[in-house]
Amino acid sequence: MTQTDRIFRALSWIVGLICVVFLMLPIVITVAASFTSSPVYTLPPPEWSLRWYASLERRSGLWDAVVLSLNLAFISTLISLVLGTLASIAVTRGNFRGREAVATFAVSPLMMPGLVVGVALLQFFREIGLRDAYFSLLLGHIVITLPFVMRTLLASMSAFDFSMIDAARTLGLSYPKAILKVLVPNLAPAYLTSGLFAFLASMDNYPISIFLTDARNKTLPIKMLQYLEEQPDPSLAAMSSGLILLAIVVLVFGARTVGLNRMIQG
Amino acid sequence: MTARVDRVALLAVPGLAYLAVIYALPLLMLLAKSIRTADGVSFGEYAAFFSDEYNMRVLWRTLRVAALTTVLALVIAYPTAFAMSRAKGPWLTVFLVAMVLPMSLGVVVKAFAWSILFRANGFLNSTLQWIGLTDGPVRMLFTETALVVGAANVFLPFMVLPIYAVVRQLDSRLPEAAASLGASPMFRFFNVTLPLTLPGVVAGSAFTFSMAISMYVIPSLIVGERQQTMSMLIARSFLYLRNEPLGSTISAVLLAIAIFVVVFSSWLARRLGARQ
Repeated sequence: MTQTDRIFRALSWIVGLICVVFLMLPIVITVAASFTSSPVYTLPPPEWSLRWYASLERRSGLWDAVVLSLNLAFISTLISLVLGTLASIAVTRGNFRGREAVATFAVSPLMMPGLVVGVALLQFFREIGLRDAYFSLLLGHIVITLPFVMRTLLASMSAFDFSMIDAARTLGLSYPKAILKVLVPNLAPAYLTSGLFAFLASMDNYPISIFLTDARNKTLPIKMLQYLEEQPDPSLAAMSSGLILLAIVVLVFGARTVGLNRMIQG
Repeated sequence: MTARVDRVALLAVPGLAYLAVIYALPLLMLLAKSIRTADGVSFGEYAAFFSDEYNMRVLWRTLRVAALTTVLALVIAYPTAFAMSRAKGPWLTVFLVAMVLPMSLGVVVKAFAWSILFRANGFLNSTLQWIGLTDGPVRMLFTETALVVGAANVFLPFMVLPIYAVVRQLDSRLPEAAASLGASPMFRFFNVTLPLTLPGVVAGSAFTFSMAISMYVIPSLIVGERQQTMSMLIARSFLYLRNEPLGSTISAVLLAIAIFVVVFSSWLARRLGARQ
């Protein structure tokens, strides 16, 4: 190893550590702000207090939004996992022209401007007479979650040995059963990764949801932005800290079962 | 045999049909709406959009902010991916947690946290004055620099992870072989390591750029109404001005840029893949 190599290596570690601090900064700020006694966001907090956690009890509007967002994220991720599994098998195993194009198309919603997709869906649903906000949101959120699922499953299926499916079929399993009992358990880390990213993307979506909500069905990011504009008190920081804690629990569970690296990389 | 293969291809139908109806068709209808008027096809809305100096400034600002965000994210992400690939045990955990945990915070709260940091009496300004770098508060909130820093922070994991994926697969014997043949570190980097990691760079950059041109929540909270971006113009024309033709036109322009990024980046990825 030459001098230059050592400098390169040291530099990559320094930038890497800066990167970690930079990424964690908003979390630190939010958690610190949640324990303040002050009614406004001041850092560092003048005095520590749990009053904003206690105040969450009275913020029923926020809780309704949390429940709606969890519901949408869960159902849309589940549907996307089913649709995504089928489509990924077709692209990986199928013998038809345009498989690359199919894969690019299925992953493309990830890179499309959210507000534009939102507007397009709003006008389309109006045209076909769909007025139910919850159902519109659900249809829209499948467009958000499906590409995340497709991206990870396509990558992991290209490395999967499909002769295992053929073996299972020789042993008498039907094709759907072979998929369910052989493919899915083998690709468990990919399912966990894609499910996690899809779930978080749905929970966090603002631009598509904003066009599909009504007064009674407001998702969490929409409610949060509205809340920040109306009464920016630190109860939002308290709620976010709770969600961070939930994410830590999920990460610890994932790290214990499949390992963090496999979980994040699929 | 062919019957089985055809049946496998049919498995793509439900997902593709879903995206065709609930994604592609609505977008095509939006495009159609932007060129259709009472008396046939017209590009008048586009002519009006592109001849308006204000709109051009917004378009230019959107592209510039997205480009700067992508560059900043890449500059941080590229060395980080190498550090990550060498990290072991608890260090690797620290890196991986730093990539995923911020995603659970949500973009609204994250952007708001940055707006707190950037305030004139905020944490960053007090720190700068305490160190003695500045005498008075520096104006940070509502500036383009603040927007780029905040946006890079939000999109950074999506830049690091694709690069990390290729760096991790990188055969460390290749640069070593080049070294044993007498190649200098600089030569090795530019002729061996960089070309091998380019697919990750292309994937991460395309993703970051396309998210940055269409971001809405981050600029709303960090720069506000005074410096509009394309997404803010779209939201304003639909939600406040109720001017659908204008909104559809701006949407179509943004959509065209996004489609170009998708097509160009997948073409580039295929070319890089073919070369190796």
